[in-house]
Amino acid sequence: MEKFDIYLIGVGGQGIGLLSEALARAIDHADLEVQGVDTHGLAQRGGVVESYIRIGPSYSPLIKQGEADMVIALEINEALRGTNNYLRDGGTLLYAATEWQPLAVRIKEDRQDVSAALAAECKERNIHKVKADKIELEDPRMENVVLLAVLAREGLIPGLKKGHFSLALQDLMQGKVLEKNLEIFSKVF
Amino acid sequence: MKKLGDVLLQPEPFSELLMGNHALVRAMLESGVRVVTSYPGSPTPEIGAAITSLPRDQNPLYFEFSVNEKVALEVAFGAAVNGHTSCVFFKSVGLNVASDSFVQLGLMDIPGGMVIVLGDDPGANSSQNEQDNRHFGRLSYIPIFEPKDPADAYNMFKEAVRVSREKHMPVVLRLTTNVCHAKQKIDFSGLAIEKPENEPKFSPENFGPYIPLTKSVFELKKIALERLKEFQKDMENSPFNEIINTGADRGIITAGLPFKSLLEVIPEIEEGVNILRLGVVHPLPENVIIKFLKEHGEVKILEELDDFIEQKIKALAYDHNLNTIIEGKVDLDDWIGEYTPDKVREVLEKNWPDLLPSKESKRTIHQAIPRPPQMCPGCGHRSGFYAIKKALAEDDISVADIGCHTLGYLPPYSLGQVLLSMGHSSGTASGLSLFNTSKKVVAFLGDSTMFHAGLPGIINSVFNQHNFTLIIMENDTTAMTGHQDNPGSGRNVRGETRKISIAPLLESLGVEKILEVDTYNQQKLTDYVNEALDFDGFSVVIAKHPCMLKFSREQRKKGRTLKKVRITGKCREIHACVSAFACPSFQLNQDGTVWVNDDLCIGDGSCIQTCPVQAIEIKK
Repeated sequence: MEKFDIYLIGVGGQGIGLLSEALARAIDHADLEVQGVDTHGLAQRGGVVESYIRIGPSYSPLIKQGEADMVIALEINEALRGTNNYLRDGGTLLYAATEWQPLAVRIKEDRQDVSAALAAECKERNIHKVKADKIELEDPRMENVVLLAVLAREGLIPGLKKGHFSLALQDLMQGKVLEKNLEIFSKVF
Repeated sequence: MKKLGDVLLQPEPFSELLMGNHALVRAMLESGVRVVTSYPGSPTPEIGAAITSLPRDQNPLYFEFSVNEKVALEVAFGAAVNGHTSCVFFKSVGLNVASDSFVQLGLMDIPGGMVIVLGDDPGANSSQNEQDNRHFGRLSYIPIFEPKDPADAYNMFKEAVRVSREKHMPVVLRLTTNVCHAKQKIDFSGLAIEKPENEPKFSPENFGPYIPLTKSVFELKKIALERLKEFQKDMENSPFNEIINTGADRGIITAGLPFKSLLEVIPEIEEGVNILRLGVVHPLPENVIIKFLKEHGEVKILEELDDFIEQKIKALAYDHNLNTIIEGKVDLDDWIGEYTPDKVREVLEKNWPDLLPSKESKRTIHQAIPRPPQMCPGCGHRSGFYAIKKALAEDDISVADIGCHTLGYLPPYSLGQVLLSMGHSSGTASGLSLFNTSKKVVAFLGDSTMFHAGLPGIINSVFNQHNFTLIIMENDTTAMTGHQDNPGSGRNVRGETRKISIAPLLESLGVEKILEVDTYNQQKLTDYVNEALDFDGFSVVIAKHPCMLKFSREQRKKGRTLKKVRITGKCREIHACVSAFACPSFQLNQDGTVWVNDDLCIGDGSCIQTCPVQAIEIKK
């Protein structure tokens, strides 16, 4: 297949590592070429965490700025940041509407209507904006599975089917945790 | 579920999507490594996590997180001179700590073979600098392999072990952050774990001398230089030197991850460029390079961080009377930052604007608000900084150290104004307290860092009677790098061990004033810091609370959660919780009201005491 680059972004603590690992494995199960890289270390402490996934022929695990075909964001401020830095005009943004205020907002140094800013940004740059379903989750990190299910349901990544995602989840978890995640996946899908 | 430990121990060849750090462990197993040591530091700690994922009854590796990088290197060295193949791994700046012993390794005959895995950090993703450790290879006569990606790291590690065993010499495998953490489908060979020999082979008669003093220094140095020369000759034919020839006039010499970044940019260059990618960056394969230079009218050295190979290649061209135009770094920006595809494009554009026309920068209409890292909800350090700040005058001096508590330098706490390295704080604070009667000096130090390199500074403060307050931020773990145990944890990677308690240790060192308090007891901590500051001499406050990220993960595994807090009707919008204490769980509405984000709150309740009108309570 042609190249398809995905940039994932969230806040440290949201479990983006699992999301990107599951997505990369789903792509691998679909017999597509894949490589990627995650942030580790310092930034994970409540800062911005990012991950790159590249489908199809590619060399570097890193994506050039403004050239991602899709941005997946676990948080709305990060959805805007990912769109600012990595999404190409006309690309797709999938995001969870969760909001975790950055420090500057909480200490009253900055303020932004981030929903409005994101809507305007997407409109002007012709970005296909997909908001993940809002569901009650017992653990907020299960938002990751909601995003995977929306990806599968909307067919946002060419060549990726529901079965590939469940195989990926089976690679990464077992027992009750797997059951719960598959349950959420099916509910959203 | 595919458990990492089981994946890594499969006897049959297989291919799997794995991170570079994890793939290295397979290479260790395949190449018969016996002893592995480390001190945790990004970008390498996942190597340790992969080793500890191996089922204990099937794990042929002895592994330890040592107390610091120098000790780790020495343990690995000791094992290797006894005939056991060893590997030590740590982060870029870890080599500074290990360097006193590292620089001797080149002189030593190491029959077991020893590989030093370095995680350099171009881009300073989680380090206090982006130092280029290739210089250390030259300083110490030790060769350096530099992989371009995880698969290459896996193969090069095995080659490094082979060479190291054959020549009894230490070999460095220099990784960079995005080689350590990149994930790639890798083809692995089969694995047959042989029953290892336990015969101690250490023999100064056969392999020594090992005491580099008097005339043996020169003999050993000569041997080191000869071995390096021999290695250099052998590597002229290494398959890790790759040439891509498209018949172009211009060439580029590069290495490591920048090679892959370059391949992303090449398609933009219509007339094409030939590439020589070096797998060994010290010593350089001179014949390969001279041939490449001769074949091109113009060659660019594309090199991340310093001009390490550029200088050497320019000297080579001079020695061989070559008239190839060699282009290296153009300006200071070329020395700074990771060579991502974007950066490589910028760098090349400066040399060859005719080949790469400048690109229009992408337009962004609404910029997102920055999000610096911060301490986790419930973090004991937050409670600590909040309370300590109350005891300090505006212009008192605070010295930061390395660990999660470094983040105290950020607003709203702004504690920690100067930082050099692991454990520097006592020494720097001692100097700041000289000829200084008007400003109090406070130094911070983490527990793991205290055991790592902090003790000499503490002992010096006693010995030379310095006058400042050291605050030890004890959280029972090495938190920033992923919760590795330290000598104060009472555990190591194998299980329980004797816990070294900090207060009795400091007492036995002769520290006269030691106060100890849990940071959640904020009033008492403020009082203690005041008391310590009033003490004439060296005083220590142990401000402790277990890492709450580790605690809440453990609770979650057991299926337990604590009840979260909520804001009650008593709230007067004073905003101490959200703006001064600044736990991320508190969110501020535009109308000034505050709410608690249940996704973030862990129910620790350390915030309750910060509200002047008692408007925070644990939910019923």
